[in-house]
Formats: sequence, structure tokens, C-alpha cells
Amino acid sequence: MSDPVITAEKLGLTFQTNDGPIHALKDVDLTINKGEFVSFIGPSGCGKTTFLRVVADLEQATAGQVTVNGMSPREARLKRAYGYVFQAAGLLPWRTIGGNIRLPLQVMGIPKADHAARVARVLELVDLGGFEKKFPWQLSGGMQQRASIARALAFDADLLLMDEPFGALDEIVRDHLNEQLLALWKRTEKTICFVTHSIPEAVYLSTKIVVMSPRPGRVTDVIESTLPAERPLEIRDSAEFLSIAARVRDGLRAGHSYD
Amino acid sequence: MMHWLIMALGVWVAALAVNIELSSQRGFLAQLAMPVLFGAALIALWQGVVVGLNVSPIVLPAPSAIWGRFWAETPTLWADFQQTFIGGALSGYIMGCGAAFIVAILVDRSPFLRAGLLPVGNFIAALPIIGIAPIFVMWFGFGWESKAAVVVAMVFFPMLINTVAGLQSVDAMQRDLMRTYAANYPQTLLKLRLPSAGPFIFNGLKICTTLALIGAIVAEFFGSPIVGMGFRISTGAGRLELDMVWATIAVAALAGSAFYGVVALIEKRATFWHPSQRR
Amino acid sequence: MTRTLPILTIVAAIIVFWYAMTVVMNSKWTYDQASRAGVEVSFSEMVADTLAQDRPVLPAPHQVVAEIWKTTAEQKVTSKRSLVYHGWVTLSATLLGFAIGTALGISIAIGIVYSRVMDGSVMPWVIASQTIPILAIAPMIVVMFNSMGVTGLLPKAIISAYLSFFPVTVGMVKGLRAPEGHLLDLMRTYNASRLAVLWKLRLPASMPYLFASLKIAMAASLVGAIVGEMPTGAKAGFGARLLVGSQFGQPLTIWSALIGAAVLAGLLMIVISVIQRATLKRMGMAT
Repeated sequence: MSDPVITAEKLGLTFQTNDGPIHALKDVDLTINKGEFVSFIGPSGCGKTTFLRVVADLEQATAGQVTVNGMSPREARLKRAYGYVFQAAGLLPWRTIGGNIRLPLQVMGIPKADHAARVARVLELVDLGGFEKKFPWQLSGGMQQRASIARALAFDADLLLMDEPFGALDEIVRDHLNEQLLALWKRTEKTICFVTHSIPEAVYLSTKIVVMSPRPGRVTDVIESTLPAERPLEIRDSAEFLSIAARVRDGLRAGHSYD
Repeated sequence: MMHWLIMALGVWVAALAVNIELSSQRGFLAQLAMPVLFGAALIALWQGVVVGLNVSPIVLPAPSAIWGRFWAETPTLWADFQQTFIGGALSGYIMGCGAAFIVAILVDRSPFLRAGLLPVGNFIAALPIIGIAPIFVMWFGFGWESKAAVVVAMVFFPMLINTVAGLQSVDAMQRDLMRTYAANYPQTLLKLRLPSAGPFIFNGLKICTTLALIGAIVAEFFGSPIVGMGFRISTGAGRLELDMVWATIAVAALAGSAFYGVVALIEKRATFWHPSQRR
Repeated sequence: MTRTLPILTIVAAIIVFWYAMTVVMNSKWTYDQASRAGVEVSFSEMVADTLAQDRPVLPAPHQVVAEIWKTTAEQKVTSKRSLVYHGWVTLSATLLGFAIGTALGISIAIGIVYSRVMDGSVMPWVIASQTIPILAIAPMIVVMFNSMGVTGLLPKAIISAYLSFFPVTVGMVKGLRAPEGHLLDLMRTYNASRLAVLWKLRLPASMPYLFASLKIAMAASLVGAIVGEMPTGAKAGFGARLLVGSQFGQPLTIWSALIGAAVLAGLLMIVISVIQRATLKRMGMAT
């Protein structure tokens, strides 16, 4: 069943700065298989966002190898293999929500006749049906972020890279969006890489949790989740959930994340 | 003649009282009435002081005299307006801003050019470019061409700086977004960077409306056919026909405000999405 | 070095372009003269001639430099032929106008921020005044003051003051209103008087905005002084030199005055930048 989508072998990324070299990533070995929901968790500077950006070809590795769908990240990007969701919604304010979702479709040359159907479909998926003609500033923060996710789903990329998409939202909205994201994942069967600061969020959402720590940015633990596929919000209070969270915390401590 | 003075002061006090009352009100009409009342009171005060204190017309003519001159000399003023505004200011504005826009897009491609051109451009924009007017009159003659050339010189650098700043102002995150779509340079320019640069571009366009009119008028001080607003002002000042000068100034003020207003209206439609337009 | 190299490249390119244009634009005169004398000129002779004409259409950079040298280093500073003398005349009007305009601008700004009546009735006119080409009435202002017996420095300074008060007003209004709500609330919890809030919070917060406006105001003030010197036969100052050069067909006079004005503008900008950096550094607001 394991069908690797992303493979990283001794991946490294070093920045040269005025204060000396910064090892954002060092010796990262990782395999992410099709259909998995993988969370990356760690404190600032542990390299989780950097890893995501290397996969997306937004940064280039300085050591080691990484492949996406069997190709280099650059080739994967040119083939539009993934959708990226940023920390802020980043919707273009001069386009309506529908117009924003059409943006990647227009850039990628998807035939105009398909646009309307795709827009309607993804807005349904994120529960924003009927908001097509609204402008981004007319929507709340949570709704804008949902629109941003819809935008990443509009073209047919099987891989979704999400960089702390819910970080700027309050906890109640966050819980709700977590539920929706999980439901979305089940319906679309995509592979999702999800970067987060929040231990409960990582444990709740993922099939696999990658614990990272800083200086240098590296992987300290990879946890295969034992939680069942059905996950109501209440599962956060279960013993199993808490033990996985404890294991994550141990990994963070081992990587001196709390120092 | 004192009654003029007293009347003027009375108007001033009354207008002030009304404005104090209006200042606490919210409505659009109240907000519009305040500056209008202030301006009207100022003109009333002007009239009262000039007539009441018997101020000589070669120092400061009364608003009533200027009003009379305006209507008596409308054909001349209209011909002046066409020569200066349409021939000089508008044509120079279109050429200068257009050229600056194109150069900005070319410069945008090269970080090296940008790093060199921006400091130099900022320096040149701070210079008294108007000084180049006599040289251009020498080169291009007395007609509207030299005035347009002065206007081009005056509007080019402020427009260039604003456009380049606008193109650079794009959010790094949104640029990354276009990268993840594997968008090429023209796509990124047209769909992201130009709309995003809109507020900056219009800021430049608005500033340049004033510069264009000033450039056209002042350039005429250095030589023009016997028509033109600058010509009218400098010869009128020389002949001490100050009411004609003020009438021309009134036309210039109207033209300048209208020009600015039209660009501001276009800005409102084009950059409707910007927070400053949504207030 | 990486920061100055692009700038040097552009400046070098401008100088090269200038020389090329000098040859092109002065060549017509050279060929005209040659054909009248019935003489053939070679290309190199033409180039040499275009770079050394007495009344060139476009003077070469070295000619301008020579003229500037002649009118600065080789003249007594008090002589009416010295560029420095003219520069001083323009500078004094600029500085006086700038001082008046800045004082006026700050006062109006404080009035606008503290009085709703002023905010509603005066601020729209302040903004509207920007769209009116005030510079164009410079000659009239000079005539008006001359008729009242006020000549020389003051009329020019008034023009400069008018041009510089607007950017200062707009910048200070923005700056005085810059402190965020929670800082104003903090002052309220201290029961601070309005004067205290102005002096301890609003004025310090507006410093960055003030300095940005001062640069624009200084540049505008210089332009005002120059244009104020241009009409009605003014005798001294850069503007007067521009006028004289234009009326007597002496391009070198025009260009040296222009370069002088440019150098003056540059120096004034540097002075303000230095004061800005020193002040903001002391206030901990240096960026």
C-alpha cells in the first residue's frame, strides 16, 4: 500500500548569514506515502516550514535529495503537482472569491468551460457555497482561509502542502476547521503535509506525526498514529490521544525544544 | 466704507458659528457644507477688507472685480486654457506618465537597473526640474511642444519612482503563490503585480496632475506665443492688470482641481478594493 | 561596493549619453558654419568642434564644469558674477520660506487635530490647495508685494512658505494622529492634560512623519525661491541667472545655474537626512 509521494534522503539546507551559517535542515530522511495526512510539529526554527518550501520548490536544498512524485521538486512544480496553502489566506482583494479560485485555473490554462463547475465544487467542499461573488474583505478570517484551501483544491493536484493555515485564527474556529479539514481529506483522498505549532492539532489530524527540533533543524521522531479513522472532536480527551500527545512532547523535549 | 468691513466680519462670525454647530454632525452634507462655508466666508472677508479699507487694485483686487473680469474676458481665458492645459499640460502628462510606466516595467526586470535607477531617480525628482524650462524653450521653440517637454521632464521621475515602488510592493507570499502555480513572468505581471501596484500608480498619477499644470504655466514664463495662462499671468503682472491675473489663476485653480478630481474618480473605480477607498 | 556600483553605472551612462547628445545636437551648427565658409569638416573635427562651442545648443559636461569653476572658485564670493553669491541669495529665501512654512504647517496641523471645526472647514482646503498650481502665481505675488513696498527677500520667502507648508501640514496631521488607541488610553489613565498628551505622546510620535515631510517641503521651498526670482527682472539668485541666460541666449549661464540649484538641493537633502538620523537615533526610532 505504500506508494511514496515524497522521499527525502539526507536532505539539508544551510543559509549563509552575516552571523555565520544557519542549518535550517540537516540530514532529514523521510518518506511520505499516498493518502497519508502528515503533520510536522516543532518550535520556530526547527525547519518544518523550510521542509515544506523545499518540497514546493520555493527553496532549494543545499545537500541531499528530495523527490516529489518521483521527480525533482522543480519538475513537480512545473507539472502543477501540488496545492499550497499559506499561513495567511493571501486572497487577491481585487477579485471576488470566485475570481480568486479561478486564478490558478487561468494561469494553468485549464479550459474556461470547466471553470464554473470547478469553482462551485470546491466552494461546496469547504462549505462556502454561495459566496462566489463576495470580495475577500467581506469575509471573516476563518472564511478567507477556507477560500484559500478551496483555491488549492480547484486544480487536480493530489498533494496538498499546508503551512500553519489555522495559526492566525481563534481556537473555536480552529476546532471547527480541523473537523472540516479531516472530512475534506476523507472525501478527496489527497496526500496532505500539514505544518503546525499546536500539539493537539497535530495529533487530531494526522496519520503520521513528524516531530522536529531546531539548531540544527532535524527530525527527532516519526510517530505512526494509532487513532481510528473516525475522529469526533471529543477524541481529544481519550487516553490514546493523550498518550500520543505525550510522546510528541517527549520528542520535543528530546530535541531541546523547551530549552 | 466701514460698513463693508463690519459686514464682512459679521459674515465671518456667522459662518464660524454655523461651522461649530456643523462640526459635531456626521452627515455628508454637513461635512460638505463646512469647507464651502469657510471658503465663502473667506471670500466675503476679502471683499469686505478690500472695499472697506480702500485697498488699491494694483495690490489686491476685490473678488467682485475679478468676477467681472472673468466674464468680460472669457474668450481670451478659454484660448489660454486650451493652449496651456490641453496643448502643454495634458499632452506632456500623457507622454511623460506613459513613458515612465513603460520604463518602470522594463526596470522591474533587472534588480541591477533598479538599484541604480531608484536613488538617481529620487535625487532628480527632488531637484528644481522647472529650471530646465528655459533650455527646453530654446530647443523646442515657443509653441506647445516646449511646454509639453517641460511637463514630461517634471512628471517622469515621480511617476517612475511610484510605479517601481508599486511593482515591488507585492507581498512575498503572493509571489510565492504564483510560483506554486508555475506562472510565467507576463502572467505574474498582469494578474498580480500590476493590480497590486494600482494604489501606488494612482498616487503618482495624482501628484503628476499638479506638476503638469505647474510645468506648463511656468514654462510659458520663458517664452510663448501671445496666448497661454503663463503668458497671461506674467504679462498681466507686468502691466499691473492684477484682476486679469487673478481671473487666470481662478481658471488655473479650477482646471487643476478638476484634473485631480477626474484622476481621483478613476482611482476610486480602479482600486475599489484598497482599504483607503473602502472607508 | 554592491550598493554603489549600480548607481555609478547609471551615472556613467548618463554622462556618456550626455556627451553623445552634445555631439548630435551641436553638429548642425558646425556643419552650417563649415558650409558657409566653404570648408569640409571631417568627423573628428566635427566632434572636437561640437564639444567646444561658445553658444552650444547643448553644452558638454566639461564645459559646464569649466563654467561653474569660473563662476565659483575664480570669483570673489561677494561678486555679482559669483555663482556662490547667487546661491546664497536663493538659499536665504529658501531657508526663510522653509522656516515660515514649517512653523505654519505644524501650527495648522495641531489646530486641525485638536479642533473639529478646523478639521472640517480647513483641512479640505489644505488638500485642495495642493491641486492649485500656486507656483504659477509667483510673479503676481512678487508684484503685489512690490506694490506694497516690500521687495527683495520677503516676497520670495512667502512663495516658498506657501509651497512648503502643505507637505508639513499633511505629514504632521498624519503623524499627530499616529499614536494608536491604546497609547491614548494609557495617557487617559494617567489623567494627562491635553498639553501633556501633545508634548509627550503626539509630537514625539510624529517625528518620522515630520522629517519625511521636511524633505519634500525643503525641495518645494527651493523651487519656490527660484521661480520667485524668475519673473519681473530679478537681479540675483539662481532663478535670475536662469532668466538672464534665457534672455541673452547664453546656455552656459543657464546650465551652471541649473547645476548649482541641483547641488544646493542635494546638499539641503543631505543636511536634513543627517539631522533626521541623529534625532531619530536619540529617540530610539531609527530604522
